[in-house]
Amino acid sequence: MSKILIRGAKVLGGEPQDVLIDGGTIAEVGSGLSAEGAEIVEAEGKVLLPGLVDLHTHLREPGREDSETVLTGTRAAASGGYTTVFAMANTFPVADTAGVVEQVWRLGKEHGYCDVQPIGAVTVGLEGRKLAELGAMHESAAGVTVFSDDGKCVHDAVIMRRALEYVKAFGGVVAQHAQEPRLTEGAEMNEGVVSAELGLGGWPAVAEESIIARDVLLADHVGSRVHICHLSTAGSVEIVRWAKSRGIAVTAEVTPHHLLLTDELVRTYNPVFKVNPPLRTERDVMALREALADGTIDIVATDHAPHPHEDKDCEWAAAAMGMVGLETALSVVQETMVDTGLLDWAGVADRMSFKPAQIGQAKGHGRPVSAGEPANLTLVDTAYRGSVDPAGFASRSRNTPYEGRELPGRVTHTWLRGKATLVDGKLT
Amino acid sequence: MQRHLISAADLTRDDAVLILDTAEEMARVADRPIKKLPTLRGRTIVNLFFEDSTRTRISFEAAEKRLSADVINFSAKGSSVSKGESLKDTAQTLEAMGVDAVVIRHGASGAPYRLANSGWIDAAVVNAGDGTHQHPTQALLDAFTMRRRLIGPDAGIGQDLEGRRITIVGDVLHSRVARSNVDLLHTLGAEVTLVAPPTLVPVGIESWPCEVSYDLDSTLPKSDAVMMLRVQRERMNAAFFPTEREYSRRYGLDGDRMARMPEHAVVMHPGPMVRGMEITAEVADSDRCTVVEQVANGVSIRMAVLYLLLGGNEPAVTQTRTEEK
Amino acid sequence: MDTHDSQSDARPVLEGPDIARVLTRIAHEIVERAKGADDVVLLGIPTRGVFLARRIADKLEQITERKVPCGSLDITMYRDDLRMHPPRALARTEIPGDGIDGKLVVLVDDVLFSGRTIRAALDALNDIGRPRAVQLAVLVDRGHRELPIRADYVGKNLPTSLRETVKVQLAEEDGRDTVLLGAKQTAQ
Repeated sequence: MSKILIRGAKVLGGEPQDVLIDGGTIAEVGSGLSAEGAEIVEAEGKVLLPGLVDLHTHLREPGREDSETVLTGTRAAASGGYTTVFAMANTFPVADTAGVVEQVWRLGKEHGYCDVQPIGAVTVGLEGRKLAELGAMHESAAGVTVFSDDGKCVHDAVIMRRALEYVKAFGGVVAQHAQEPRLTEGAEMNEGVVSAELGLGGWPAVAEESIIARDVLLADHVGSRVHICHLSTAGSVEIVRWAKSRGIAVTAEVTPHHLLLTDELVRTYNPVFKVNPPLRTERDVMALREALADGTIDIVATDHAPHPHEDKDCEWAAAAMGMVGLETALSVVQETMVDTGLLDWAGVADRMSFKPAQIGQAKGHGRPVSAGEPANLTLVDTAYRGSVDPAGFASRSRNTPYEGRELPGRVTHTWLRGKATLVDGKLT
Repeated sequence: MQRHLISAADLTRDDAVLILDTAEEMARVADRPIKKLPTLRGRTIVNLFFEDSTRTRISFEAAEKRLSADVINFSAKGSSVSKGESLKDTAQTLEAMGVDAVVIRHGASGAPYRLANSGWIDAAVVNAGDGTHQHPTQALLDAFTMRRRLIGPDAGIGQDLEGRRITIVGDVLHSRVARSNVDLLHTLGAEVTLVAPPTLVPVGIESWPCEVSYDLDSTLPKSDAVMMLRVQRERMNAAFFPTEREYSRRYGLDGDRMARMPEHAVVMHPGPMVRGMEITAEVADSDRCTVVEQVANGVSIRMAVLYLLLGGNEPAVTQTRTEEK
Repeated sequence: MDTHDSQSDARPVLEGPDIARVLTRIAHEIVERAKGADDVVLLGIPTRGVFLARRIADKLEQITERKVPCGSLDITMYRDDLRMHPPRALARTEIPGDGIDGKLVVLVDDVLFSGRTIRAALDALNDIGRPRAVQLAVLVDRGHRELPIRADYVGKNLPTSLRETVKVQLAEEDGRDTVLLGAKQTAQ
């Protein structure tokens, strides 16, 4: 591999510097670096970030290749500036055995757009009854460290307790999809003023908060760590804040859409806004932003959930839940966190790269932009503004809630261990 | 008026009064030897029913036929269509046959809104009840019934329901009738009170333009009309209330309670009634109960709605037009 | 902006006393032609035809000393131009108690122009009953028939051009009795 000189980039939003990539690693960071023998990328005015890490992606393969594959999903990831994605376990078959997680891991390696770290199911078939072979998945080539029944909640308190205890043996973490199932029977949207008017089944905040409260207490009790997926309510923020103040090992993620969109959008009955957990209220959105800024919420994770057109081009009740997010995540974070002054670019690097890599133990990712580190990098044109056009997505699916919306920022380059996966906004 | 009738909340006061006034004229057609008008000759209307409702379907069908429209009845039951994914395909198939309006009943809240706003079809959409969302023609026929009873068929022309006190009792949570009525009655100037056990009141109701009470007895003496909603027995199993007996004791309308209503006040029910649950036979069969009138008025209201949506080259405009010859 | 008022240009062709006189004449003609007007039913076409029908009914009562049944016939839903405009508000159809079967129905309207209103009225009547005969009384016949229809009783024949408008004003609706002939407002 040859040398690449990224010239004049604001590293983590700081002063302009040159970054020299040699092979798979960062050779040098400084000013006025020699361009000799190097391909030059003019990066004046752009922000250079460590390659983004998504702890919550649905790649759909195996089983739902009509909505996404490891190839299309990792291409979407590279487009969005990601160098690692954690692939959720709710595939068909479910990633609850070493065999399935290895398959996903290998496909990621073969395609080479982005590292794929499979997440293993907590329970067999995501059914919440019997622990999956967590140890075997950890020991497989995929080296699974994050376990989640995402899409379903590990609602049985005993199973959750055992999972939290069991993964301590190999330093794993359980990522909980917090949704009390009985309280969300028939749930179609956030329960509140809008659901009352629209006559849609309510998904009350308490259904999320009660599970989070239980799980932080369980984690405390058994001395394990727990990760909360897509936290969506102001009340959940309060519980996590309290838990952290008590020293409980809890980490939490928020999705870009929960930082920007509210349940008012459901008034259109357009299923692109149907997602689980549902879009909440303005008050929740503001609490989530604040919590992400102050570190109560550790990371942004996309919950990239591709669905084929027909699963969204229908009435609300029949539609699938979920939104694609890999290709718009950074823009939404810029809009909601950076442009609002809540977070600087170093903060973005922390919430979208350092911390998620740490939680998921993604080796070689989420590292500082300094000499000797793996060259996993993302270059962002933060001055760009444009409206979202799903037709240009690399993802196989188009179910974005942002179609036509103007958002700031555009990832122009992504490097995975020194190899460009995205150049001038185009996948290699 | 808008091109579609999706929600009672979309109607302005003038729209609503125009519909009621028009229905008053339509009601007179029912008294004629030939109960038919040529108005919608050549228009095709499909009754697209994804949910069983013989009563609503035949009411629309009677209205359509009295206006000479060509009527196609499509019932999803028993056909290959049972899941929502094919709503779009079904609608497009029907539109390809040259349908001018779709009267849709669907179990999913918002399905008519989607049909009207997703660009799937060009036809006018009339909501005949969607999930637990809206049932605007029911609200209109209820308002029509109230106006006829409380003001009078002729005296009511041009009038709204300003200052009338309407009480709606029962399963508000699952009721599209309640939602539509609250919206429309508020628009018409009435004061609405919903009475239900707290379990059957939706979270978020505070934004509705109405009062909420848990106490039927204190509300009855202040009511000009009391509308009883059907309470499905299966709600009992979902712990919305302990027993049928307790429900009907606390929220059912019996003869004693009816006696506490003002003399002029009427009892309404959208049907079908569950006698012995929300209403006793004594009340249901009394002449203060308007259930049968409501059915007749339903046809007039639906004729009015269809005429005002489809009778011209565009939906009716509500301001008065000056005519010149 | 042009504040041009078409009313100011409009010229009265019939004033209150003229209208009263022609209605009296029409009433007499009806009695004469209907041989006593025993079975006459007057049906006015809304809006102004209804007022005219009532006035004629009053005059008939004076002449015959009997009450003459009088009602209204809304033709909106029978119009042939429904698809050319937004739907119009409906007016009242009020058929007198004994109905119209076997009766002599006299339709009353303010202006006879294309004849299409009367065509619609005949259709509407058809759905209500079977009169012995149907006649037509109008205050003004301005010509330009588009259908084979004629009036049996005419208050005033008023030859007009198609660029002119005829506006009937009656005390019940407009506060005064007059028939105005004006120029059609052109688009500005």
